[in-house]
Amino acid sequence: MTMKPSERVLEVLLVEDNPGDAELLREAFEEGGSGTAVRWLEDGEEAEAYLFRRGKYADAPRPDLILMDVNLPRRSGHEVLKLIKQDEELKSIPVIVFSGSYSVGDMRKAYETYANCYISKPVNLEQFERTARLIEAFWLQTARLLPTR
Amino acid sequence: MSILSQAIDMQPVTPIRILMVEDNEGDIELALDAFNESRITNQIHVVTDGEAALEYLFRRGKYVSAPPPDIVLLDINLPRVSGSEVLHAVKQSDQLRHIPVVMLTSSDAERDVLSSYQNYANCYITKPVDVFKFLEVVRTVEDFWLSIVKLPRLTQPQSATA
Repeated sequence: MTMKPSERVLEVLLVEDNPGDAELLREAFEEGGSGTAVRWLEDGEEAEAYLFRRGKYADAPRPDLILMDVNLPRRSGHEVLKLIKQDEELKSIPVIVFSGSYSVGDMRKAYETYANCYISKPVNLEQFERTARLIEAFWLQTARLLPTR
Repeated sequence: MSILSQAIDMQPVTPIRILMVEDNEGDIELALDAFNESRITNQIHVVTDGEAALEYLFRRGKYVSAPPPDIVLLDINLPRVSGSEVLHAVKQSDQLRHIPVVMLTSSDAERDVLSSYQNYANCYITKPVDVFKFLEVVRTVEDFWLSIVKLPRLTQPQSATA
């Protein structure tokens, strides 16, 4: 590959209610050798508190990238997405949404709410790893991200 | 079967429509060559200034029958109307805001990066000066945006006049 890997370590916030899937994604990222760190939260309310630095998350660092399932308990991915994209500070963080139950309506709605992109949820180990590699290749090594603040 | 070939097998038959908004002839040629070699069927339309981009996207004047693109590659420094203004117009429009806009620009100024993301650019890429690196960037864009990403395109077949 002609591109030099970024020296920056990517911090990904993963919002996913299925622990098995979350673990597969986290491993795929963290074992990839790029040093990507994954913070995992299980539902939309936790994600909101983390991003808006409420309560125990008062000192939470800003993620560089958010990876979020559309279907979440307590507060849906769509609602969290809307909150993120309406906030002056948070809206510039890229949000990748995914869904295990793909629907054109869901996808369209996500893009209209300014999701940066929508991907199909991986279904096996190979796909989890491929997804993680492609996310890193694009968002870490190709795209410009804003400096962490 | 690799995941990429699985993804390709599931590709819709209709080509992915790319609108490239770019005034640099050399960059246009490079990108066209790269997308032509892509394993993912695509059709790329190029406009060379921001005003033409707006007319195309909003289907005005000679572009009244222009099919909406599935994805836009947008330079910032353009004649007549800047890429930033095009981005703003697209992302404020109810009809167009769902379309992914990939900023692909020579600017690496932080204020351009910040303002683009704040105006809901789907991502921002600084064009490498080196030809081989530029091609690599285009391939990564294909690998990510044309295969793993699901684009919010129409599901019905497109007309042959596209």
